[in-house]
Order: sequence, then structure tokens, then C-alpha cells
Amino acid sequence: MGAADQNTITRQKPRLMLAEPMLTMRGIVRNFGDVQALRGVDVTVYPGEVLGIVGESGSGKSTLLRMMNLEDTPEAGSYHLSLPDHQDSNLFSLDRFQRRMLRARHIGIVYQNPHIGLLMGHTSSGNVAERLLVAGNRNFAELRERARLSLAASEFPVERMDATPRELSGGMQQRVQLAKAIALEPAVLLLDEPTTGLDVSVQALVLDTLKRLQRDRAITMVLVSHDLGVIRTMADRVVVMRRGEVVEQGLADQIFQDPQHPYTQQLVHAKL
Amino acid sequence: MSLKDLTKPWTAFNYGFLDESAKRELRRKMLKAIAIPGYQVPYASREVPMARGWGTGGLQVTLTLLKPDAVVKVIDQGADDSVNAVSIRKFFNRVGGSAETEDTSQATIIQSRHRVPEEKLRADQVLVLQVPNPEPLRPVQPDMSIAREMHGDADYGQLWLVLYEQLVKSGRIMQGTEYPSLVNGRYVITPSPIPRWDVKKLHQAEHLTFLSAGREKRIYAIPPFTNVEPLVFDDVPYRVEDHQDKTCYRTDVTGFFMNELPQEDGSSLYELSDSNFGIKHLKNSQGETLTIGETWYKNGRMD
Repeated sequence: MGAADQNTITRQKPRLMLAEPMLTMRGIVRNFGDVQALRGVDVTVYPGEVLGIVGESGSGKSTLLRMMNLEDTPEAGSYHLSLPDHQDSNLFSLDRFQRRMLRARHIGIVYQNPHIGLLMGHTSSGNVAERLLVAGNRNFAELRERARLSLAASEFPVERMDATPRELSGGMQQRVQLAKAIALEPAVLLLDEPTTGLDVSVQALVLDTLKRLQRDRAITMVLVSHDLGVIRTMADRVVVMRRGEVVEQGLADQIFQDPQHPYTQQLVHAKL
Repeated sequence: MSLKDLTKPWTAFNYGFLDESAKRELRRKMLKAIAIPGYQVPYASREVPMARGWGTGGLQVTLTLLKPDAVVKVIDQGADDSVNAVSIRKFFNRVGGSAETEDTSQATIIQSRHRVPEEKLRADQVLVLQVPNPEPLRPVQPDMSIAREMHGDADYGQLWLVLYEQLVKSGRIMQGTEYPSLVNGRYVITPSPIPRWDVKKLHQAEHLTFLSAGREKRIYAIPPFTNVEPLVFDDVPYRVEDHQDKTCYRTDVTGFFMNELPQEDGSSLYELSDSNFGIKHLKNSQGETLTIGETWYKNGRMD
């Protein structure tokens, strides 16, 4: 149990969450010098659900997402994914190579900034194929076909699959990132502010794609956003973070209709 | 006893030009390079009387291997008679007393840039390739410390991606020289500016190959009988340059790597790129009986 648990308001679990968790993080502590970015955070994500993480800037939500993507290691805490090969291991104990392979095969991520997630000078299909190449696929025709299918699933116009991301709009770039992230059907898809910076109509289209993917493929998603509207549209369950702690978590409807923690109330009412 | 008695007679330079500590370091690094095929071993590249980028890496390896009974051949762009090749060969003779040759079969050390000779090298020969850029990951990863981590993790996905992109954009692999190749199933190397034609000659070869970059201070090796596999997709076979059916206009020899000589009427003539190989054929056609060794390619093909 994390240090913050005694102050965290946790609501009733729905039936869906009686299954074995897909992702479990316990007691995550991360400091940057004197700044305590994460103070004993506990997070559980169940198969097929969308977990929304909200909080103000500096609350630790992106740091937590980077932990989930194994880009960073905390001072304390454990991380488990429900995977056949890694059932009982704390993923933070994996070395760099093992992390890379695990990320390539089992974790997809969409960054707010496509420049982080994409190779802007390579074709869109190449960006998707790179993920397959890292996983060991060496058949050119198969790479092409799988890249095409993945882009189509992200509602990217496949006739433009050989355009570079530089030639695409922000919304299209996010679709390429999404196609890349889902190319290997990851166990968990991490979304770091995927619609921030897009205009409202494009934002709605990207969210529709995400919802359809989630519905059709039952992909487990973790969505980080400071936009409560996005979280409300997408999330089954919500974690509210503040100053490196989880202050409240529960079903999305509970959080938005009946927030208990003063900070959550402030967030929800500020938005409304 | 005077100080003069204790010191060696003054000489203009050490045997083999490099001082003994430099050669000792290089020998250690060369042994390490042999022990870990394809791994780029850093070394303290010394100043030599030649500009960086003109073969100083190869020069230092050859100087380290040099013995008075060594027979040295130097190839530049396939030719033994270019200014650079002749100058380097003369230099070896001057600082090491080694014999010079243009005949591949007589050489014990062959220093080369751009080509591997057409005649098969033997176990008692050493090939030293001059490498301008030893890092195959440089085009995809400009940060060299990250590139080293990528080598450590055998993270070559982006190199494959470059080949994928060439196939998408051009319908074929456009990589002419420095074709990325996997050595001993572990490290990807750039086999110096040799053409695709020559990369296959390094696979399971009897001879030892050193690749050395003086400016970049890196040395790597392909020990005898080591796998050297160009990166290729399962369904897109490796293709060498289309020189199989080209005939040398000087020697009438067909099926080897050629230099293309554009003509004023828009056509092209071809001549053997390996100048010594061509001269041997030419002399034999004029009545001499020079021995031409076994070649890697036969009838333009290499099995």
C-alpha cells in the first residue's frame, strides 16, 4: 500500500474489475532532487477498461505514465503486467534490453507531441513497420500489409501511407502514432494527452477512433489528460492526482457527478 | 657508464614509424576486435604523415602488422597504381623495409579502400580495409552514446527501416556501398565503402579482415570463417551490382566488378575494377604465363 492511501478516497468497484488486473503499480515513489513527483502511488488497471488520470500540471501524471512505459525507474515501488512471461516479476527489475523488448511487444504509447513518437522523415507506413521490425518481423510484404491494416484500423487514409508525418496534419500524425502503438496488439495502450493541441473537431474524430478501437478490440488503455471533457468521454474509471498523490479514484460517473475530495470538487466545478 | 651508453643510437623514427607503445596498444585492440567479431573497439589513433580521411586507420593497422619479410599490396579504388596507393606502399617500404607487390596472391598484407580483390584471399593473408565512417547507425542516430547503447541491445530496427524505406520509395535497395551487415549474428557493421559485390566475399572467408577508421578512432575485425550477412528481408533477396554480363574492353574478361567508362556517344565501356587482376589477364593474353588465383565469383555468380 502506498503512503498516500490513507488520504485517498476509493469508490466501489464495478463488476468488470473483479477480474485479475492487467496492470498493477504499488507504492511508486519518484523524486527529482527535492521535488517529490510521486509519493507512494498505487494504480490498478483492469483488462479492457479505460483508466483516466487527471490532475493539474506537475501532479505527476505524466511521470507515472513514463513509469508505465518503463522509461523511468522509481526510487521505490513495484510494477506488474498480466503477461505470460512476466507474471510474477517486478518489471522495474528488468534491464534496458528486456524493457525495450517488453515495450516493443506489449506496451503501446501515443505521445502528445508526435515528434517524440514518430520518425518525421520516414514514411507513415515505415513508422508503423519499425515497431514490427523491432519485434523481429523480416518479411517486407508482410510488413507492408500489417502496416496498412494498422493504419486503416486507426482510420488513417491508407492511400497516404507512404507520406511522411511532416506532410500530415496534427490529427493524422496522431493516427499514425496510434497505428504504430496498436500494430502489435499491446497488452496496454498508454495515451499521453493524445488530443491536446488539436482543434475540437479533429479532437472528436481522434476520440471516436479511440473509442471504436477500445470497443472492437477491448484494448486496455490508460489515458492521461488535463482535459476533463476528454476523460469524461473516454474513461471507465478515473484517478485524480495532486502533488504526486492519488487523492481520489472511482468510476467516471461517480467522480464527475459526486466528487468527494475537495480538490476533485474544485477540478470538476472549475471545468463545469 | 655514460648516458650515451645507456641510450639507443638516435634514429629518425621507430621501426614501422609508430612508437612501440602505440603498436602495443593497437595489437591489444586488434586482438580484442578479433575476439568480438564486428565490435567497434576504440583506440588512440596516432598522427601519421597523412591527412585524416586518406587511410590513416588502415595505415596504423598495417604499420602494426608490418615485419621486414612482409609483402604489402595497397589498393585504392581497385587500382594499385593510383597516387595514394603508390605513396602508401612506398611509405611501408621506407619505414618497415617490407617488400611491395601489386600481385594479390603474393601479398601477405593487403591494405585497401573501396575493393576486395577478385582473387580469393588465403588464410595466410590479412586484409586491412580503410573505413571513413565505421558507425552503421550514424544515419539513423546522430548521438553516438545512444548508438553504442543500440549496439549493446542489438537494436537495429531503424537500420532495417532504412532498407524498408528504400524499397518503398524506389522498389529496390539503393544502398550502394557500406551495406549494413551482421557479423557473427551479433553486431551490425558497415563494411567500409566496398560495393555490394564485395560484401559477400567477407562471409566465411579464409582470411582475417581488419577494418580501421583513423579519424573516428575505431577498429573492428572479421576473423576467418565468420558469418557476414548483409541485412536482407526474407522475401527480397540480396542483389549485387548488375556486372555479371559486363565484359572488360581491355581483357575480354566477363563476370567481375567493372569500372564504367562513359563515352562521348552516350555509350559506356567497362574495364575490370581490380587493376592487378586485369593486368594478369592482359599479360597472359600477350603470351606470358602468370598464375591467376581462384576467384570468389565464377561466371559472374557467387554461390
